[in-house]
Amino acid sequence: MGRLGERLAALRARGEKALIPFITAGDPDLGVTEALLLALADAGADAIEIGIPFSDPTADGPTIQRSSERALRGGVTLRRVLGMVKALRPRLDVPLILMGYTNSFLTMGERHFPEAAREAGVDGVITVDCPPEEEPAYFDALDACGVDAVLLVAPTTTDERLAMLAKRTRGFLYYVSLTGVTSARTTLPPHLEENLARIRKVASVPVCVGFGISTPEQATAIAKYADGVVVGSALVDRIGRAKSREEAVTEATTFVASLKAALR
Amino acid sequence: MSAAASTPVPGRFGPYGGRYASETLMAALVELEAAYPRITATPAFQAELNDLLEHYAGRPTPLFFARRTTAELGGAKVYLKREDLAHTGAHKINNVLGQCLLAKHMGKPRIIAETGAGQHGVATATACALLGLCCEVYMGAEDVERQAPNVFRMELLGARVNPVTSGSKTLKDAINEAMRDWVTNVENTYYCIGSVMGPHPYPTIVRDFQRVIGIEARRQILERERKLPDVLVACVGGGSNAMGLFHPFLDDAGVRMIGVEPAGEGIGTGRHGATLCAGVPGILHGQKTIVLADDDGQIFPAHSISAGLDYPGVGPEHAWLRDSLRAEYVAVTDEEALDSYVWLSRTEGIIPALESSHAIAHVRKLAPTLPKDAIVLVNLSGRGDKDAPTVRQILEERKSGAT
Repeated sequence: MGRLGERLAALRARGEKALIPFITAGDPDLGVTEALLLALADAGADAIEIGIPFSDPTADGPTIQRSSERALRGGVTLRRVLGMVKALRPRLDVPLILMGYTNSFLTMGERHFPEAAREAGVDGVITVDCPPEEEPAYFDALDACGVDAVLLVAPTTTDERLAMLAKRTRGFLYYVSLTGVTSARTTLPPHLEENLARIRKVASVPVCVGFGISTPEQATAIAKYADGVVVGSALVDRIGRAKSREEAVTEATTFVASLKAALR
Repeated sequence: MSAAASTPVPGRFGPYGGRYASETLMAALVELEAAYPRITATPAFQAELNDLLEHYAGRPTPLFFARRTTAELGGAKVYLKREDLAHTGAHKINNVLGQCLLAKHMGKPRIIAETGAGQHGVATATACALLGLCCEVYMGAEDVERQAPNVFRMELLGARVNPVTSGSKTLKDAINEAMRDWVTNVENTYYCIGSVMGPHPYPTIVRDFQRVIGIEARRQILERERKLPDVLVACVGGGSNAMGLFHPFLDDAGVRMIGVEPAGEGIGTGRHGATLCAGVPGILHGQKTIVLADDDGQIFPAHSISAGLDYPGVGPEHAWLRDSLRAEYVAVTDEEALDSYVWLSRTEGIIPALESSHAIAHVRKLAPTLPKDAIVLVNLSGRGDKDAPTVRQILEERKSGAT
């Protein structure tokens, strides 16, 4: 079991829920990302998802897309993100998960990227537009490198696919709570409870819920049925609206601390 | 062995194609994959579609022997497959009638579509009006401006046009936005993709609905000339009109196929859309194909004078036809296309779409090199009225610049 699995197992043993914040790498530059990673880990993040900006983010909503555009204008690349993670690793113990699109990862190479991720100290990878059956060699290479290939399931996922995905995922299973794209929402997703019950029946790994969580109250409500929550758009939005780098870090830290307090 | 026969995995064309979609879309794609052969194989569906193609779209479209073109070029005989005469003025209608009818049979009352030049949007809005379906079209804000008459036509036909202001504000951004809509509204919504691209099963579905072009052209040329053409020529953006023409000829080993891509301001300038001539393997919009991208995997915005060819990817089956050497791909510049737009208008009294003008531009280079008994069959994929304002502006700017 890797650092990600260990962390989630320890939380489960304590009856605590995991908080996994998402930030876009390089928004507005990698210096801010580095400061955010350190600050969010201190604020109680149990793992951090680092979004790898892609020019055509079809699975993301407007908030993350704008964030990706800012990051790309700032010149971020996958290589530079891996370099930053590698440099930061001695000072940062929190599990790190890269979340991005197939073209970013496979352009680096189906074998080279998993190796580079391991070398940098990355714990998991979410390839949002890659069903595992499309690139078996890539998923095998991630396994071989001990990098957890975290898979997503959706409310629309059939029982047959759910069984396959629950078996193939590593680290945890990521339930995307709404049929839709990432952005902060104000109401709880419909059928959440019954869908999570359906997933838990077949998944032996922890199940974390993402897409659309924007308040500590929502986090508490959803965590009742899951092992953890992922918070993305609401956090990225705060970072994007900040008037300075310092404000971005302070705002993000306060928000993440309030979410974590709701999950303890 | 033909290229088609060597594709054993459904949705794969050699190493290309596939289904690179987020999990939220998988159920919809699997549903479509199952519904498509089940519904379209029925005699009732076929009869309904064929009736619409004949009496509504105006098929078969003529195969026209371009006498003056042939004489002026002084080589091969040039035939034009007149898709510009199909209802709505382009080949796009073939695909949308098929897909919208499919959506109706699947019980999906809401249709979404992306559009570049606006032709696919107009065609989709048309089919939706005909079949009583609700229609929303995503269109890059830059294209909305370039193709204002088509925006009005879509609205006139009862569709809602959503300008897309993200990214480069062109076709690829419209596709991104349409996919987002589909992810959110998948239960009642059918995504009508306009070219032979996207996640499986779309490249196959669109190809199958466009094959009518090649099936007709093959029959028409055999009737007229008692032999097959030597060369097929068609422009390639996503590649649907080219695939529709090429596919029924794949097993005819003696027939050369040439796809003509937009070289924009020149491939060397980086301002072009010549994916197969200058791209790299990559994954975009649900498919593995050839794309224009940097070494970090970021997709470049494409450039072409023709909005319909302005796409940094290409249908995956074209990538495979290129690799397997079954088809050749060349590129012509904005300048050459513009010149051929004017040239064909004056030579044959046919104003070609700027997209189709790319194919004409290549024929003007190719035909003189071939013997007089050779036959070149060109897909005149659309009519050029929609481009008249753009072309007029460019020509006027030139005139005032020259004096």
